[in-house]
Parts: sequence; structure tokens; C-alpha cells
Amino acid sequence: MAIFPPQTRIWWNEPVAKAELVWIAVAFLWGLFMFFMMIYWHIYGKQNLSPVVGRIDPAVFEQRTSEFAEKFKVREEGNLGIPVAKPTAGGDAYMLARTFEWWPVLELEKGKSYKLHLSALDVQHGFSLQPINMNIQVHPGLEHIITLTPTEVGTFGVICNEYCGLGHHVMTGRIYVVEPGQGR
Amino acid sequence: MTDAAIPANVLGTLAAKFRTCPATGLKVDLAAERLIKANAVAAVVFLMIGGIFGLLVALTRWPAVHLLSSDMFYLVLTAHGLDVLLLWIIFFEIAILYFASAIILSSRIAAPRWGWVAFALMIIGGVMTNIAVLQGDSSVMFTSYPPLKAQPHFYLGLILFAVGALIGCFIFLGTLVIAKEERTYEGSIPLVTFGALTACIIAVFTIASGAIILIPTFLWSVGYISHIDTLTYKLVWWGMGHSSQQINVSAHVAIWYLIGAVTVGAKPLSEKVSRGAFLLYIFFLQLASAHHLLVEPGLSSEWKIVNTSYMMYLAVLGSMVHGMTVPGSIEAAQRKNGYTHGVFEWLRKAPWGNPAFAGMFLSLVMFGFLGGISGVILGTEQLNIMMHNTIYVPGHFHATVVTGTTLAFMAVTYLVVPLIFQRQIIWPKLARLQPYLFGLGAAGISVFMMGAGTLGVARRHWDITFPASDVMLPHGYPPMASLMMGLNGLSAILAATGGALYIAITVGSILFGKKVDASNAAASLGPMPKKIVRDAVTKYGDAGTWHLPGTYVLVALFFTTFVLYYFVNWKYLSELWPMQ
Amino acid sequence: MADEPRTESALPLERIPFMQRLLDNPFMLLFIGVVVPTVVYILWGVMEITQIPLAK
Repeated sequence: MAIFPPQTRIWWNEPVAKAELVWIAVAFLWGLFMFFMMIYWHIYGKQNLSPVVGRIDPAVFEQRTSEFAEKFKVREEGNLGIPVAKPTAGGDAYMLARTFEWWPVLELEKGKSYKLHLSALDVQHGFSLQPINMNIQVHPGLEHIITLTPTEVGTFGVICNEYCGLGHHVMTGRIYVVEPGQGR
Repeated sequence: MTDAAIPANVLGTLAAKFRTCPATGLKVDLAAERLIKANAVAAVVFLMIGGIFGLLVALTRWPAVHLLSSDMFYLVLTAHGLDVLLLWIIFFEIAILYFASAIILSSRIAAPRWGWVAFALMIIGGVMTNIAVLQGDSSVMFTSYPPLKAQPHFYLGLILFAVGALIGCFIFLGTLVIAKEERTYEGSIPLVTFGALTACIIAVFTIASGAIILIPTFLWSVGYISHIDTLTYKLVWWGMGHSSQQINVSAHVAIWYLIGAVTVGAKPLSEKVSRGAFLLYIFFLQLASAHHLLVEPGLSSEWKIVNTSYMMYLAVLGSMVHGMTVPGSIEAAQRKNGYTHGVFEWLRKAPWGNPAFAGMFLSLVMFGFLGGISGVILGTEQLNIMMHNTIYVPGHFHATVVTGTTLAFMAVTYLVVPLIFQRQIIWPKLARLQPYLFGLGAAGISVFMMGAGTLGVARRHWDITFPASDVMLPHGYPPMASLMMGLNGLSAILAATGGALYIAITVGSILFGKKVDASNAAASLGPMPKKIVRDAVTKYGDAGTWHLPGTYVLVALFFTTFVLYYFVNWKYLSELWPMQ
Repeated sequence: MADEPRTESALPLERIPFMQRLLDNPFMLLFIGVVVPTVVYILWGVMEITQIPLAK
């Protein structure tokens, strides 16, 4: 029994049943497959986290995001005073996270790629694009540049899904995706 | 053994007082027994506190009920994580370590006084951190990611708790040394003790990681250090946060083997294979701490892939091996008990009325199917993009820690109470029901949270409706998400009922249960299978006696589910917006 | 084998295989179990974090 010492002195040399060996082999090969699947996806898959990261002073990031929002502002969101920025297709887009907002709102064109710069100003936040359900961690002091290509037109919510303080649940942002050449 | 050591050993042996267990014939060191009792009772108390907090969390996340205010919700959620994920689990594990060393090896326990020092530190630490949380200034969640800052005694309590638990680990190792020197057993340690050793080794790494990161964080909270790097904190913290759950895995696998042995007389099919699987845990299981850092900027994909895959899934291999050898050893034992008809008579006629067996088998099945598979999916680097920090994550770890570990610990309690507390279980009929009630509720919690998570619902969120009155840029989840969270709330009520029943039965039995003595010892362990033929597998590794069709079917079912679910998730991933 | 002292002087006994000796040695296992994650997970990870470049 498992609560008593092994009955034989040298149990390591006991034969292992064939069925058990088969299962071990299957499980091992499946593990290898799953391991190489991740590498395969890095080469052939289209959804991989960008490795482009740099340390940045949050104040500098805030400055750059403000300049970006100023330059590409097409309108304000409702009467909230939040700018909606429409970056040039293929260009850079900035979105910052701070308690408790994602800023600014972005308007992107379907099928175009953007370099999205993400960073936080104060604590960690979680960039959660809904209902696509893409989730990326955002750290203060780290600028993460992600090349993103929206594939559908619509209004997408950005939720914060890393707990960031007592107002965590009111922290939302927005990304609009429009047909190329059109606005809202 | 040195000459100087002999008198000390002799003295120690003389000083230790033993009784003989009427059920198993094992020599029981009374000092170890007292320590086991203290740690187990503390564990159950924290389970009760943490469980109540958990119910409040679930009722708040049920949109139609939405019980607590947002401030209270984040406070209670912090306390819930702390009390069940750390305190309940580790107190119980320390009890298991003492049991698996001193009791199973019929040895005296090493340094029992230090055992009490450890216990006191853990209690003081646990209470201190709880006070910090309940005071309201430390709602930073269990993970306490800087720069969110808690009160200094939040961190200090955790550090004291960790130091206490570390002492407990070394008492376990010391007891192994004593048992070997004093020859209380022959040959290798029993498999259950080996599983406990695996848990202890992982615990040492876990606790060391916790101390390494929490000490500077404590100093930061009192102002001696100006800055804690957010990413480094997270990396080292998860060395504790995730590995602590790997202690659970090792401990509850050991308990599966233990309960299989006690209830149906199961013997390991092969010592070599089962121990080899534990060895893979020792080597690689702790690398999975990287599961929490897969969508983090600043860590390379090479680091992520090697670590998240536990070095090419070798620790998963260990789990998949246990997933066969545990039911396999039960099937072999039951077939030797005489249940040889068809593929599944051994399982149908297993002692389902014995809460220890029922809890153990439910734990085994649900840990594998719900917790294991979802864990590998979550831990796949790219798939994690669809799940990171959604409520899929708590869904997964409620399957591992609640349906897996907690249920296994509950199951073993039905043996620990008669064997160590020497009391019979009161209300045996309710006890019979308890694992099913709790298991069903916990499974519901896991499945519905995972369901809501695939719909994008965030974890640690007070409100998922984002009404325009509170939120500048409203967003709505699909209606199905609210339904899932409602079903999660209902499941939580079911699980809480099962949990309350467990606590009532355990505490009631310890206080009011009939004394166990030689006359009723065997019966106190609950109903056992009637043996039609005596004696289970006679030899270890006896390849000739191997025919376990039921286990093959179960394993094949598991593997098919695993593979299908794995590919379904890659398909979902391929539909996401391209991102490089 | 029951009362045979397990020392090298026990002549007729077959030598215990290396893997079994490893599995019977808790402190060796403890060493491995702490070193592997410390090197592969923590040290490698910290090294990468310290090498994050400054943003342009």
C-alpha cells in the first residue's frame, strides 16, 4: 500500500506494464506537440504578443500621448471632452492607462495596421479589448508597442481587467473601427 | 551516525511518548499528534472565514443580487484570496507534512517545540494580515501588485506566516532524518510520504520566493525603499503565488494515494512510475509560475515558452501519469477485491457511501477534467491572450484548488478525525452527502466562471454592467455573461452549504463524536468495499496482473477531451485581430 | 533483507540503482527542486527584466 514502504528492496528495476508505458509515451509526445505548437504559432500564427518594449518615464509617455491626441483629434466623444484620435493608417497610435480611464478614444480603419503604444501612468492596468477578448497587461514605466490590425467594423470596449484601485470597475475606454476612408 | 548523535537520539526517543493506533497499528507520536490537531483546526477555521468571504464575493458578482458595496467587495475579495488560498491550504498542508512523516513512518517528530513556534508565527501572521485587510486600507488583492500599497502589517503578517511555514517544512525534513536514523521503517519511504516530500520541496521554493519579494515590499511600505519594480515583483511574487498551488497539487495527489490505500486497499501499480511522476513535479512544476506573466511586456517568448510549458510539459506528463496510476491502482485493488465484471463494476461498487472515497474520486476526476485541461490551455503562451485576467482564470483555479485540493483535504478529514482526533464522525448520513454537495457546487463555480471568462468578463470586478450613470464610456457584455455569473452565484450557495456542512461535521465530531477505541476503530473509517476475494495486487510492478480496462476508458476519455478542447481554443485564437 | 544494515559492507546485496538512490535522498531532491526554478524561472526572468532597453 502507498502508506507502507515498497515491498522490494530495489523497486526501480521492477518492470513497468505495457499499458502504462504506452500512456507515458502518448502523454510525453502530446506534451512535445503542445510545446512545439507555441513555437509554430510564433512563426506562422498571426496572434503573438509583440516583443517591442522599452522603459519610459510615465510623464514622457503622458506628454507623447497628449501630443498624439492633439494632432489626430477628429472630434470629441459625446459631450465628455474625451478626444477621439484617428491616426494615419500604418502609423503610431497611443493609449494610456491611468486610474480610472483609458485615454484617448481611438478610431481605426478596418484592415489597416497600427503601432499601438500602451503604457500606464500610475499602477498596473489590464488592457482588455471587448468583445474580441484580447487581454494585455500594462505596466507603469514600460512602453509596449503592439502592431494591431482590426478586422471588423464596430464599437469596441476597452475594459481594465487588472485591479487598480477602488474605482477599477468604472475604468473603460473605447476603440471605433470604421471602413477605410470613412469616418463616423 | 556520529557517536555524539547517539545519546541525543536515545534521549529523544525516550522523551517522545507514543500510542498505538487501534485501526492501523502504527505508532503515533503524541507530540506530532497535538501539532497535527492544532494545524488542522486552524486550517478549518480559516476555511470557514475564507469561505464566508467567498460566498459574499460570488453573491456580489451575481448581477441580480449584487450584494456588497464596491469598497466592501474589494476588501472581502482580498480577504477571501488570502484566507483560503494561503491560510487554509498551508495550515492543512503542514498538518499533512507532520502526518506523512511522523505518523506514517511511526517516528517521533523532530523538534516539536519548534513546531509550536512555527504554529504561533503562522497564526500571528495570518491574523495580522487579516486585520490589515479588514481595517480597510489594504484592499490590494491577494497579489498586492505594487505600486498599489497596503499597510505595512499586511506584508509583515505574510512574512511571519511564511517563516512559520518554512520552519514546518524543516521539521518534516528533520523527521525524515530521524525516522531513517532510528530505523522506524525499512528501505524507501512510502509513496504517500514521498508525495508529501514533493510538496515540502515545492513549499521551500514557494516560501523563499515569498520572503524574497515581500521583505523589500514591506520595507517599501514603511518608506525605507523608494521603488519596487512592478515586473520584478510580479515575477518573484508568482514564484510564491503559483507555486503555493503546486504544493497543493503534490499534497492532494499524495492524499489520493493515501485514501485509495486506506479505503479500497490500493497499492501503487508501479513505485517507479509514481515516484518518477513526483520527481517531474520536483524538477519542473514550479516553472508554471510563468502562467501569470504570458501577456506581460518585457519578458521574452523563449523565457515564456520554456517556463510556461514546465520544460516541454514534463510536469504535465507527471500529472497525466498520476491521472492513470491513481484510478488504475484503485481498479486493480477493486478487481482483487472481487469486482471483476465488465469494464466498470469496480467503479460502480466502489465505496461511494464513504465520504473519504467519494471526495477523493470526485477530486481526482474534476481536477483532471476541469482544472488540469483548463490549466494547460491557460498556460499556452498565445492562448493566454484570450483569457488573461478574465474570470476564466479564477474558474480554472477554483477547479484545481477547490474541486481538486479542498475536496481532497475534506475527504481525508473523514479519516483524520477518527485516526488522529480519535473521534467518530457524527451525522454519518450527512457526511456521506457532503462531498457530493460541495463537489457539485465547486464544479459549477469553475465551469460557469470559465464560461463567463470566454465571454470576456473580467476577474476582480465589482460590476460588469458598466451603466452609463457610472461609466463614461459604457460597455455591455453579452447577456449570456450575466446568466453565467448568476449560475456561478447559485453554485457558490451550493458549495457554501457543502462547506458549512463540512465544518459543522468536523467541529461537531471533534467536540461531540464518540471516542474511537480498539472495538470500533475499523468501523470509524466509514463504509468499505466488501471483499469478495482477499488481498489486492500482491506484488509491485507485477506486469503480468495488469488488466485495467476501466482505467483505459477513463484515460482515453480524458485525452480526447483534452485534445479537442486544445484545438478549439487555437481556432478561437486564429479569429482574433492579427497582432504582432 | 529485513534487518540487513544498508551499508557498503553488505556484500551480497545488489547495488541500488542511481535513480532509486536519488529518489531516496530528500536533500538532493530539495537542492534540485530549489535550484531548477531559481535558475530557469527567477534568474533568467530577472536578467531579461534588467535588459529591457530604454524606450526611443
